[in-house]
Amino acid sequence: MNSRLAKTAGLTALWLLVACFLLFPFYYAVVSSLRAGSEIFEASLWPADPGLANYRQVMIDQPFARNILNSLMVACAVVVLSLGLAVFAAYAFGRTRFRGRRLLLYTILGVSMFPQVAVLSGLFEIVRLFGLYNNLLSLIFSYMIFTLPFTVWVMTSFMRELPVEIEEAAIMDGAGPWTIVTRIFLPLLAPALVTTGLLAFIAAWNEFLFALSFTLTNEQRTVPVAIALITGASQFELPWGNIMAASVIVTVPLIALVLVFQRRLVAGLTAGAVKG
Amino acid sequence: MSAASPLERSRGRSAWLFLAPMLLVLALVAAWPLGRTIWFSLTNATLVDLSSYDMIGLGNYLAYEDGRWYGIFTDPQWLRALWNTLVFAAVSVSLETVLGVMIALIVNANLPGRGLMRAAMLVPWAIPTVVSAKIWAWMLNDQFGIVNAMLFGAGLVEGPIAWLGGSDLAMASIIAVDVWKTTPFVALLVLAALQTLPREIYEAARVDGIHPVRVFFQVTLPLIKPALAVAVIFRLLDAMRMFDLVYVMTGSNEETMTLSVFARQALVSFQDVGYGSAASSGLFLIIALVTVIYIMALKPLGEGRQS
Repeated sequence: MNSRLAKTAGLTALWLLVACFLLFPFYYAVVSSLRAGSEIFEASLWPADPGLANYRQVMIDQPFARNILNSLMVACAVVVLSLGLAVFAAYAFGRTRFRGRRLLLYTILGVSMFPQVAVLSGLFEIVRLFGLYNNLLSLIFSYMIFTLPFTVWVMTSFMRELPVEIEEAAIMDGAGPWTIVTRIFLPLLAPALVTTGLLAFIAAWNEFLFALSFTLTNEQRTVPVAIALITGASQFELPWGNIMAASVIVTVPLIALVLVFQRRLVAGLTAGAVKG
Repeated sequence: MSAASPLERSRGRSAWLFLAPMLLVLALVAAWPLGRTIWFSLTNATLVDLSSYDMIGLGNYLAYEDGRWYGIFTDPQWLRALWNTLVFAAVSVSLETVLGVMIALIVNANLPGRGLMRAAMLVPWAIPTVVSAKIWAWMLNDQFGIVNAMLFGAGLVEGPIAWLGGSDLAMASIIAVDVWKTTPFVALLVLAALQTLPREIYEAARVDGIHPVRVFFQVTLPLIKPALAVAVIFRLLDAMRMFDLVYVMTGSNEETMTLSVFARQALVSFQDVGYGSAASSGLFLIIALVTVIYIMALKPLGEGRQS
């Protein structure tokens, strides 16, 4: 009995250690963001005199509210577009048999493995051709390369699980594929759409390389680029307080979303990977 | 086998119609730009004017002229970036796999608050990479960073350490941040696999008095191998194209530069689309090669699973 107790205690200690390691950096970012002025340079584990000065400053020094709005607009548009395209593709992949289905599905999976720089010069050309440089549309367009493959993949695995009887009954009643997908499957897939949409949202919200390359002015930047490019009076004097405040602002909503939907997110992440 | 049922026929007709929009977008955003990148890699195009350029063959890759070799394959900076990328990918993915399995095993043990732990695991994954890079850069700051302060307070170091100062230490720091950020992802995938394992096996092993470590290597590991293999390939390909973490933490410092950072620098900062495209295509080929080797190596495993 005693050894069992020791084992549980040991495991719990390990458990706490891991949890501390995972959570500490974000905790420290919050603490740093609450330290105003020169207090930021005192490396202590809690703020002596917490204040919101850094949060005010980051909004004044640059169009950070605009950056957040940009990120929101891009991420939402990417979610809607990729889900819209993926639902119909997933119906074809998950519920029909045609020649080359598996090959096509694996090719699409292959696209999600593309290094983003491998398409950078080709995308630059397209973005210039359509006059989309320094325009958020260029980001919405280019983000399809990484959201579309996995939304198709995950939606396909959810689509396969829907019972065939429902579809048969609908066909008996004279419903065509369009009606089946939009009227019958879509409501049934609502939870799957939330999961997949959330994953696409997070991916788009966090993207950096395309956003850095296809935007130029501060007003068009998304949040990750804005944070990466915050500079101070000189190269060696980064305004760490502002950077930490900005970091906390953009991370809190994400963490909230993730915690609320954690079960579904894990299901979506593993559906994409384990069943592949 | 039998003639197609009405269901099959109705589905079959619409399949391609439903696929077309998605395929069109992917062709436009992936296939075409990739083709153009490979095309540009054979030219001397510049970013200033993408429409006028000369074909120069494989000159951006490898060329011999006037007693000197040219091209990325002889560029010491590209070779250094290749080495950095391989080191980063190999070390970070190995660490993430081992630690990920360990964390999954701890979380899988029936302790109170397992749900809380899973929530904690999602936090590093949810923080944008740029943000985690900045937070860690601040924590690792040589003068004001909490890491140096803690080490100094514990009497482990005599003076401040320049963690990101551009040496092996900088690469180690970047790897540590990546491990922090993505180990939970591996752990979640392994955890999902662990939870599908039948309990009876473990009961039997316990009754027979087999040591837990042996149970892990002879029962658990073979059973979670397929899920682990998927997690590793995802991580490996992700690590090989690493860009944001390195770019934000150490910029274009040669000692930590990865192939993605090199390619973007040539392409955007130096405006040399030909050379940058060659570097990008090189990275694409290397990643494709790694994928093929990995799948070939795993093939016996997959066949065993189907039987």
